[in-house]
Amino acid sequence: MMHDLPETPAPAPGHFNLLGRVLHWAMAIGIMAMLFIGVGMMSSLSLRPWLIDLHQPLGIAILVLALLRLANRLLRAVPPLPASVPRWQAAAAHASHWLLYLMMIALPLLGWAVRSAGNWPVILMDGWMLPAIVPENPVLYAWLRLAHGIGAWLLFALLLGHIGAALVHAWIFRDGVFSSMARGSRTRVSRLPDN
Amino acid sequence: MQARKFKTIWFPLAAIAVIVGGLALLFAWAAGLLGDRTTTRTFLGNTLQEFEPGYRRAHGKGVCFTGVFHSSGAASSLSKARVFSQQDIPAIGRFSIGSGDPHAADTSTSTVSMALLLTADDQSQWRMKLNNAPYFPTRDAEGFLAQRSAFEPDPATGQPDPARVAAFFEKYPEARKAVEYKATAPWPRSFAGAQYNVINAFVLLAADGKRQAVRWSMRPHATLPGLSAEERAKAGHDFLFEDIKQRSANGSLYWDLVLQLAEAGDPVDDPSQPWPPERQQVVAGTLEVTSVRDQAEGGCRDINFDPTLVPSGIELSKDPVLAARAGIYSHSYNARLREIGFGKATQAIGKKDGE
Repeated sequence: MMHDLPETPAPAPGHFNLLGRVLHWAMAIGIMAMLFIGVGMMSSLSLRPWLIDLHQPLGIAILVLALLRLANRLLRAVPPLPASVPRWQAAAAHASHWLLYLMMIALPLLGWAVRSAGNWPVILMDGWMLPAIVPENPVLYAWLRLAHGIGAWLLFALLLGHIGAALVHAWIFRDGVFSSMARGSRTRVSRLPDN
Repeated sequence: MQARKFKTIWFPLAAIAVIVGGLALLFAWAAGLLGDRTTTRTFLGNTLQEFEPGYRRAHGKGVCFTGVFHSSGAASSLSKARVFSQQDIPAIGRFSIGSGDPHAADTSTSTVSMALLLTADDQSQWRMKLNNAPYFPTRDAEGFLAQRSAFEPDPATGQPDPARVAAFFEKYPEARKAVEYKATAPWPRSFAGAQYNVINAFVLLAADGKRQAVRWSMRPHATLPGLSAEERAKAGHDFLFEDIKQRSANGSLYWDLVLQLAEAGDPVDDPSQPWPPERQQVVAGTLEVTSVRDQAEGGCRDINFDPTLVPSGIELSKDPVLAARAGIYSHSYNARLREIGFGKATQAIGKKDGE
């Protein structure tokens, strides 16, 4: 109702909503762990069976959470970047954020497709398997596997940039960008009577 | 002024660089790109880049087979895996020789292997890779590298350096029995007459939660004597492959899947230590090989017979060689499927040269 009245636009929030923040930090841990599990299972002599058993359910969990997060991002207002952020930095931030969404969804799907193309079941837990999403095919396997591997390194590079930029905002600019994801609004109670 | 700038800009900036750089280095280390720890890639060396395209990096010379696994039901009380209760399970597999060269002469090695993929009607897969050797030479995977380098012929003499061999045995005394066994073991006359052994141990999980450590073998119905030295000297370049094509054309070939049950105290996680022969055996079923086809088109070419892909009801032991095999196989598989997928393979996929 309120949103329909042009004379009282909803104030832009100062922080991401609670669901968004919980998803962000939970997935931050999950995705970072996932990337290390991924390269670890391709190198470790002793841990591969254990790591690949983790890689599959964790990948599917990230896929589900990423879709939920995308919906939350599209349906809920997000805090704008402060006016002090130069236009090119804002553009880079937006582009990298949407690229992160793309990777969070594409990488698990690629992994699932890699397993399918190679006729490997995706095993979530003992006896729980997902159906194949692409036909068994060596050409498909080769391309999908390459894309999955390159995508993982791209995502890692993107995350390093994301972490670096977030910390610059937190420790050098101190402009509220970091705290908009790190914590909720502390002034919410005082604002309530205005509504 | 300077001190303030240091505190508000340069110090945090340095801290950020350390965090981001540290993560990048840690990632490179985890991937095996940094440092000189032994990774699963170490085992493949430069064969990942330089190899005849499309071929397996080990046991490259092989032939595909299809068949049926007839479960006896005798193991269904030991494991809830569907493969032990379903009567007939489609099987696809591969016979191969132990040489690294995909065009090696069949007399170049006494090692022959069977690989197998069983897919039960609950879609669960059981992959295995079995060898005619009864056990692994060393207790761990690093031992394989140590043995390979210790027995490498000295370019001056053409023989392994005795000092390096002695140093290897010092470190891996258990390897003596495998080396001695290999020196006197019979050479296979046919893929059809060889017994194929799993080498690594696994754990069966029963429906009632009971756990039983096992190893298994494919015991042939055909009993064939080994090949004598004179016969070997006269044997053709592809005699094993010609033999198996001929035999399978004349009718099915059979192997019993024999489970060997460990008792308390038997070494489960050491592939160099066989269990006493008097341990209880259970015949879980019979593998019937109905047809054999060239590996370029026979359906086994693009399968990675990764022994760590087991159905629910079978678990891996903590055998370090079993875990290492999974990663090593994966690199070989990815490399050759890349070559096949990107159009680099010729003979491996049945194309004639220049085609």
